[in-house]
Order: sequence, then C-alpha cells, then structure tokens
Amino acid sequence: MNIPLREAGPNEAGRGQSPHRRGVIPALVAWWGPRPYTQLALVLVILAGLWLLGQNIAAALEKAGISPGFAFLTRAASFQIGESVIPFSAGDTYLRAIGVGVINTLRVAAVGCVLAAFLGTALGVLGLMGNPLLTRLVRIYVELIRNTPLLLQLFFWIALARNLPGPKQAVHGGGIWLTNRGVYVPAPVVEAGWLWPLLASLAVIIAVLALRRFAGVRRGTWPVALALIAGLFWQAGLAFDIPALKGLNVRGRLVLSPEYAALLVALVVKFSAAIAEIVRAGILSVPEGQREAARTMGLSDWQIMRLVILPQALRVIVPLTTSVFLDLTKDSSLAVAIGYPDLVSVLNTTANTTGQAIEAVLIMAGTFLMLNLGVAALMNHYNRRVALRGEGRR
Amino acid sequence: MSVIFMNYRSRDLVAPLWRSLAGGPLNTVLTLASVLMLALILPPLIHWAITDAVFSGTQEECRAASGACWAFLRAKARFILFAFYPGEHLWRPILVIVTLLGLMLASALPRLWGPALILAWPVTLALVWALMAGGTWTGGILARVSLNDWGGLPVTLLVWSTCMAFAFPAAVLLALARASDMGGLRLIAVTYIEVMRAIPMVAILYFAMLILPLALPQGVILDKLIRSTIMVALFWTAYLAEVVRGGLQTVGPGQAEAAQSLGLGYWRIMQLVVLPQALRQVIPGLVNLGIGFLLATSLLAVIGAFDLLNTARASTTDTQWLGFYDEAYAFAALIYFLLCYGGSRYSRWLETRLRRR
Repeated sequence: MNIPLREAGPNEAGRGQSPHRRGVIPALVAWWGPRPYTQLALVLVILAGLWLLGQNIAAALEKAGISPGFAFLTRAASFQIGESVIPFSAGDTYLRAIGVGVINTLRVAAVGCVLAAFLGTALGVLGLMGNPLLTRLVRIYVELIRNTPLLLQLFFWIALARNLPGPKQAVHGGGIWLTNRGVYVPAPVVEAGWLWPLLASLAVIIAVLALRRFAGVRRGTWPVALALIAGLFWQAGLAFDIPALKGLNVRGRLVLSPEYAALLVALVVKFSAAIAEIVRAGILSVPEGQREAARTMGLSDWQIMRLVILPQALRVIVPLTTSVFLDLTKDSSLAVAIGYPDLVSVLNTTANTTGQAIEAVLIMAGTFLMLNLGVAALMNHYNRRVALRGEGRR
Repeated sequence: MSVIFMNYRSRDLVAPLWRSLAGGPLNTVLTLASVLMLALILPPLIHWAITDAVFSGTQEECRAASGACWAFLRAKARFILFAFYPGEHLWRPILVIVTLLGLMLASALPRLWGPALILAWPVTLALVWALMAGGTWTGGILARVSLNDWGGLPVTLLVWSTCMAFAFPAAVLLALARASDMGGLRLIAVTYIEVMRAIPMVAILYFAMLILPLALPQGVILDKLIRSTIMVALFWTAYLAEVVRGGLQTVGPGQAEAAQSLGLGYWRIMQLVVLPQALRQVIPGLVNLGIGFLLATSLLAVIGAFDLLNTARASTTDTQWLGFYDEAYAFAALIYFLLCYGGSRYSRWLETRLRRR
C-alpha cells in the first residue's frame, strides 16, 4: 500500500521522486520514506520504552543480588536431567544442560515431523479413496483431534502411559512392549559398527545421483541402489534386537520413556490431522479436468497420481506443511507440562535455580528463532525443487 | 402397488450404497478394514462409556466397576467449570459465560457487523470483568471475589475474548505498518511479527511469569492471570497481523489510488475503501485462527493458571475422587469440542456465503 500519508511536500523525498539521485544515503532516505522525523521519533520512543523496562529489570535484579550476563553458563548445574542422549550428571555446566535440552527437543520434533507427515499423508489419501465409510472415519478423526487442545491430548496420553501395566502384564505385539516403565521397540543393531555400512550407502547414493545427473541414466537406478544398500547392511550383519521379557523386566536396547512416548504420540496425532487436511486440500486443488485428460491419454491410475496430480498438489502441500512442521517444533515445548526435559523445561529449571530468567528466555527465543529459520530454509529448498520440477516439465 | 413402490425405492437407495462400499476389490478391502477397525474400537468404548459405567454413586462403586465413572463428574463438574468461585455467587460466572457466548454469537452474524458491534466488545468486556471481580469495580454492590478463586470455563472465555479484543485492532495497525511505505515503521512491524511468530507460546507465558514482574515499575503488582493475558494478547497480535496482511495484499493498488484521487486522506482511504475489502477476504481465516487461539488458552495450565483444562486436571487430584483422568479430560474435551467445532462449521458457512456475494 504505497500511499503517502499526505501530499509529498517539495522537501520530502517521496519514493518515486528520486530516480536521479544515487548512492547509499539517498537510497536509505528513499527506503525510510515519508515523514522521516516522525518515524525516527517513534523508533526512539519504542527504544526508550524498552530501555525503561530494562532499567526496572536491572534494578530488581540488583536488589535480588543477581548479576546479569551469560557467565552462569559455565557454572555447575545442581540438578539432574531425567533423560539424555549425551551423558549428563549434576555438577556438569549449565551450557551442557541446555545442550541436553536442545538435543531432546530436536529428538522429539524431528521424529514427530516424519511420523506426522507419513500418518497425515496416509489419512489424507485414504479419505479421498471414495469409500464413504472410510471417508467418514477419517473425518471423525480429523475433527475430533483438531477441535480439542493439544495440551489436553498430551495430559490424556501421559496419564495413559503412566497407568500402563508393569512388565509382567505388559501389552505387547509385533516386538513392541507397552509398559509403565516405557515403550520398548525393536532396535536395529549392526554388530560390526554402523560406520562402514552407512559410509558405503552414502557412496551408493552419491553414485546414483551422479549417474542421473551427468550420465543421464534414469530408469531403474533407485531400485538397484536400494538393493545394493540392503545387501550392504545384510553383509554387515544387520539384525533387529527384539525386546523380550527376562525375569521381572523387559529387556531391549531401545526404550522410549513414558514422557517421550506420550509427547511423541500427542504431537504426531495432533499434527497428522492438520497434514491430512492439507494433503486433502492439495489433491482436491488439482482440477478434475487434469485427471480426465490424463485418463484419455491412456495413463494408468498410478501414473496419473505420480505424473499429473502429485506435482501440482505438492505446490499447495509443501508450503503449508512447512508451517505445520514449524508449529510442531514450537509445540514440542509443551513437554514442560509433563516433565520431559526439553529445551524449555531445562531452561525453566535453570531460571529457577540461578535466577537468570532473562538470559533463559533470551536463549529460548534465540534457539527457537534459529530452529525456525533452519526448518524454513530446508523446506523452502524442497519447495523450490517441487516448483522447478513443475516448471521444467511444462 | 405399494409393495412394488417400496421395492423400487429401496433398490434405488441400496444399489448405489452397495456399489460405493463394495464396487471393485480395493473398495471392498477398504470397507472391510474400516468395519474391522470399528469392531475393534466401538464395543470397548460403548462398554466403558455406557454399559459398564457408573452414572451415580460413590467412589467405591466406581472403583468396583470397570467402566467410566460419570458419578465423578456429577460431584466435580462444578469445580471443573467454576473452580473455587464461592457458591452463593455462582450466578456471576454463569452470567459471564452466557454474556460472552452471546457476544461471540452476535459477532458471528454478518447482519450485525458495524460500529455498534465494535463498541459492544470493550463495553461488554469491562462489564464482565467487573461482574467477575465485584468489590470496588461494581461500586461495592457485589462482594469482591479474589482472582485466586476464579477458574474454569469463565476464565478460559475471559482470557480468550479479552486477548482477541485487544489483539485484533492492534493487528490491523501492525499489518498497515508492515504494508506502509515508511521504512522505519516497516522495520518495527517486521521485527515484531517475525520474532513473536518464531517463539513458542510457552516461552511467552514464562516471560509473563518470570520477567514481566521485574520489568514493571516498583510497587506495581499484577496478578499472574492479568500478566499472561497481556502477553498472550501481544503474542496473538503478530499472528492476526499476518492474516490481515494477506487480506491487504488482495486489494489492488488501484483502489487506494482511486480513493486518493478523490481527495481522501490515508485513514479515510483505509477505513472506507481498503480495510472493508481486505478484512472481508480474510474473515474465515481470522475465525480459524480464533478457534486455534481458544484451544491455545489451555496453555495457561502450564504456568498454573486455573483455566478449564487446569481445573479438569486438578479435579483428578481430589483425595475423595483420585485419578479419574479419562472422565475429567473427556468432559473438558467435550466443551472445547463443542465451541471449536461450532466455530469451524460457522467459518465454512461464512466462506461459502462470502464467496456467493
């Protein structure tokens, strides 16, 4: 809305008035736009307001005997953390504690995004299969999940997880054990170590990409690559460690704590409903005529989906899914309500034990800002590819 | 004659249904899978909720039964809905709920959209807060009820409507600032919106809990509920502003230029030409966002404020009725569901109505 607040006077640099002036400062003046001094005054007033609040905070902190700054990060933290990927014990630094929190947040958000995408896509597609019963079931699921708060669902899942039976009476099936001590899942194990098979797989993938890119070999490259990778892992002795009841306890290599399991299930369930709606809207956004035209050309159902519908639907789906992933990452901070030690939870404990509340909130905001920018950049990259592919095929 | 007629009718109904459920192998498999799932879910659910449930009685009777304990809700519904609000003044939160729901309904009718409605919001909200608080706010006619005793549904609705009432006009101003041709203003708006949108609401609530009290001038003490209401309103402003901005982008520059050539000033152009068109475009989006916000008020439970979700959770810790989570959460979920499902149906109705015009 490029409307000047009032008629631009002779002394004011209106936007369209200065094509003949060049240089950094005139450009800056043009960017700053009309009413330069009023704007400057507004910016100064806001800064002064923030400074005043800062003064109040500084005075309150001084009274409480807390010195502001990030020096506390290197001090020893006196608390324990319930679960951690990297080793942590009371007495390690606050910095390390916050690192544990970041890893825990990433651990639940990343797995949650992938699972929610799969479940949501499946639900969205199933709802469009044309089977009235199935369509109704998907709708009931989506409406029920969408119209109740995530935190309420989380409370429900954690109550369920904590009230599961003990190992002796545990619910189990398919190698998964649900007990009150956690959820035991089958873990892939490579006795000789993960390094070599993973490196070799990476080499195979790079080779395939190079073949497709430079040698123009396209047909059948991925199945061959998959077979090669499967063979590699089989050669390395990939096995699955299946949890089993031994004595009074279930033994297994991969145990999800009740808190992690509840948070993951809550996030996946909640956001799969959102993704199902997006996938549905994306597929429906492709005009019926496209499908009909493809059918007249003799394409099979699968080809219609892959070559006609998906490339166009993805352009709607990808940007919207990006914001769902961002919401999921932010909402993983509800962990603090059930005692899963994510970043927010650890920082809350830090603020309570050190009194460095401002620094804690700043770290919280900064980390989420970076996470957000990271996810957005990643998804924008994918989005560009989706859009370009469509462009290239036109 | 009538038999033939009946036959014709029923075949007409049944044949398409049969085709849609069992036409083709894939469809048959999907139907069978759906039926199997229903068979797995429904019987235990019905047993739990109805046949094995205890509808009235004591905690002991509930423990003996395997189904739901609806007797728990009979005993605790008042607490879940109103928390510790004194019994003899219970008509006040009830009136608050009715008034706020009435205000929402009135705002939902396109016929009533106008200056009167805009005026009705702040006036109603002021009255409703005074009604809840009593004491000096009502000139001493009503007894004062401390904020510590508030809770449940009225708090959820109060926080939601107060935040919306503040955030919506602020969001319009912020969106106009972001779309203006003044660089300094744009810089402020963009920074505010992007920072607010990147951080989780929990962080905002912690800010309200831990830092806002320090930032206030000496001697000013605000209750936890007031502090979180202020911060949440500031938080939602950023989200609403983005939606309003989307609406502004749908209005072509020609509209404003035409109005300008008629000699209208900036604010008149916005008020009479641009905003009516822009907001009309995004009303369904605003309603959907509002529904999301109503669900998000439940996050107040994280900082221990007694909203509907937190009273539901607290009700399960009563030693008389310990641990009836499912029933308490089902009750709270039902209330949230009714409000939000109603809202989303309304949003869809509005979308078709606005498109028709």
